[in-house]
Amino acid sequence: MSEYLLEMKNVSKAFPGVQALNHAQLQLKAGHVHALMGENGAGKSTLMKCMFGIYKMDEGQIFMDGEPVTITDPIDALSKGIAMVHQELQPIPARPIGENIYLGRYPIKKLFGFIPMVDHEKMYSDTEKLLKKVKLPFDPKQLVGTLSTSQMQLVEIAKAVSANCRVLILDEPTSSLTQREVDSLFDIIEDLKKDGVAIVYISHKMDEILRISDEVTIMRDGQYIGTWEASSLTTNTIITKMVGRELTNLFPKRENVPGEVVFEVDDFTSINPKSFRHVSFNIRKGEILGIGGLVGAQRTELMEGIFGIRSHVSGVVKLNGRELKISRPKDAIDHGVAMLTESRRESGIMGVLSVADNISISSLKKYLDYGFAINDSKVENLVQENVHKMNIKTPSSKTLIQSLSGGNQQKVIIGRWLANDPDVLILDEPTRGIDVGAKYEIYCIIAELAKQGKSILMITSEMAELLGMSDRIMVMCDGRCTGFIDGKEASQEKVMDLATQFE
Amino acid sequence: MPALSNTSDKKAGFGGRFLALAKSNPIVVLLVAVSIVVGFTTSNFFSWGNLGNLISNTAIRFLIALGVSGCLITKGTDLSAGRQVGLAACLAGVLIQRGDYTGRLYKNIPEMNMWVVLLIVLAVGAVIGLLNGWIISRLKVPPFITTLGTQTIVYGFCLVFTDAQPIGGFQSVYTRLITGRIGNVKGFYLPYLLFVAAVFGILFWFIYNKTCHGKYMYAIGGNEVAAEVSGVNTKNTLLKIYLIAGVMYAFAGYLLAAKSGGASASMGQGYELEAIAGCTIGGVSTTGGIGTVPGVLVGVLVFELLKIVLQFLGVNPYYNYVVQGLVIVVAVALDIRKYIAKK
Repeated sequence: MSEYLLEMKNVSKAFPGVQALNHAQLQLKAGHVHALMGENGAGKSTLMKCMFGIYKMDEGQIFMDGEPVTITDPIDALSKGIAMVHQELQPIPARPIGENIYLGRYPIKKLFGFIPMVDHEKMYSDTEKLLKKVKLPFDPKQLVGTLSTSQMQLVEIAKAVSANCRVLILDEPTSSLTQREVDSLFDIIEDLKKDGVAIVYISHKMDEILRISDEVTIMRDGQYIGTWEASSLTTNTIITKMVGRELTNLFPKRENVPGEVVFEVDDFTSINPKSFRHVSFNIRKGEILGIGGLVGAQRTELMEGIFGIRSHVSGVVKLNGRELKISRPKDAIDHGVAMLTESRRESGIMGVLSVADNISISSLKKYLDYGFAINDSKVENLVQENVHKMNIKTPSSKTLIQSLSGGNQQKVIIGRWLANDPDVLILDEPTRGIDVGAKYEIYCIIAELAKQGKSILMITSEMAELLGMSDRIMVMCDGRCTGFIDGKEASQEKVMDLATQFE
Repeated sequence: MPALSNTSDKKAGFGGRFLALAKSNPIVVLLVAVSIVVGFTTSNFFSWGNLGNLISNTAIRFLIALGVSGCLITKGTDLSAGRQVGLAACLAGVLIQRGDYTGRLYKNIPEMNMWVVLLIVLAVGAVIGLLNGWIISRLKVPPFITTLGTQTIVYGFCLVFTDAQPIGGFQSVYTRLITGRIGNVKGFYLPYLLFVAAVFGILFWFIYNKTCHGKYMYAIGGNEVAAEVSGVNTKNTLLKIYLIAGVMYAFAGYLLAAKSGGASASMGQGYELEAIAGCTIGGVSTTGGIGTVPGVLVGVLVFELLKIVLQFLGVNPYYNYVVQGLVIVVAVALDIRKYIAKK
């Protein structure tokens, strides 16, 4: 019998343009809570998705009880006793709690001894027992959609527990829980430990990690850094191990000189009470303001709120002292604000259209003859200008954007925004999913834009990028702005400190 | 990832390009091949009369398909197209009946000028299109459901005001003009409808390729969220698309009544499916963002060709529905496969 209940060895996984996991490893002991830590993008979730069979590993092995196993898909993982509570919940809101918990494995009874049908009585009574066991005071027939996010999360955890698993993966389980709910979760975890379940616990909250876990494995850039006894670590040593990398020459020299304040946001609050609230900041001409924080800090939501993609209930946005009324992206664009959105595929590119169509879509009115006919040669000029300026690699302007690499797609979208000559440019994860070479080119473009006097708001989850590119850093935690750091004095520890100031 | 099929390799010769075309449009090639075979095995298939007939039929269907194409390119659909055509035909018919015609439905309406009637019919089409567009863009009801509803509403109104009676006795100036033709050399002629279709084909080509509206339409089909984020007024663009579509159906209905020499509430039934089929065969993708005016023309033409071929083969006309339905499903299935393979 192996010392470990489950072991992952030498796991590598690449996505187009990114090596997400590079010979990572993990060893889980029965009855232990194992914290998995690392910055955003360190590969924690990817590693767990490999274990749970959502991703297929490029290389590497998984052992259970010392025996090699292959996990083909989540159903296979569940049958082997591995359960996972996802960071993004996937419940079916319109169905009751009981049905959600037993989805895909409904208890069956035979009508007249031969017609199979769902045994609702058994399902609901089992659910009731389960909810009692995990101390959740819900009616099994209550619709999941009527629960709050945190309650849904607890139901998801109950669902995972109900699978009688031997390994339970909890990916940021407490991100939306109140302190009392966290305590009851920890009680559940203690019970599971006694039953000999191995628990993988992913969280950014240091106090929780130190309180609940037995061992801590730290990852960075898809690589395994090490495993330590939790009792031998402190918050500071964990942070140092998580971010500890040298920053040399990854970023271009910046020559921008921030001028007067041009863009102000005051007391900005989302329509969604769980999202951003009372955020105030300003940005100067030619300044790069980095926006740091953990996943779920509502940075994207804040920026999308400013840009008119999401609604806000209060707050003022001013450009050059003039208040802007922004209720949809078009308003923001008309006022000289541009936003490169987080997900290139979902809200950036129009895949089946050409590079020319993609780059010109938000500035089409500039290329009209007689006020109504698009002059193709003017559009072609725009494409060529951007191709030269940003070194976009595309066979022609008629090439479909989906056939370009991620970095080149990103440059096309940046070109789309620059065509409007905006004063304020919001960049949300501008280098996500882009290979290292193209990243540097994008940094150069950003630095050049700042030098030209554009104000740049840059959300990034990469610590190095945040520290290396920002004149000033705003840090958010849980929808609030928790502080500003001057770029010259910024350090990973300072950012992490502000990013984890949960209320 | 390889480029899509429509970026044909310049180096490939005629044979290579033909092969590539055949590969990306197998249905078109198949149907054209079948009609050539039928043409040589039956008499009278290759005749001027048949050609003129094909042109007139295609012209009206093309106008309807142009209307539907915008809906399809933006990942929508318009199931009310056929009934809107029927309503427009009936409305035109009722208003354009001769003053001295004894079977006049509304005897107290004065005899009206055909151009005034055209404007009224187009206006009604615009209102229905606007209603569709408003429900889809503002109330966010899926186009399939919206137009399924308006389809039934429109049909209901049509039955009410025609009292389910067939309508005839049109002013001859109306029928003569619309069924008019140029030339009659050894049976060869070109119907006026050909020129009407050509004008609208060019107009739509211009709108789709050279105007902001056209670019916005493709952008919405390509990625609606990205279009909205890029400052495209997606709501108004969708509204305009369904509005234009309504006007096109109305115009087609106006022409159809004259061409048929009569109208009834059942007119236009199923035309929406023919139009959708024509568009799909012609390469308008149901996954959005893809489709050209020449493609729509080819698709409609091929579909009309199919109908004539079936007729010449002496197939029981009721089987037409079976064959047409099959062609629609196969065309969409082939289209979807192109994109599945790329994931």
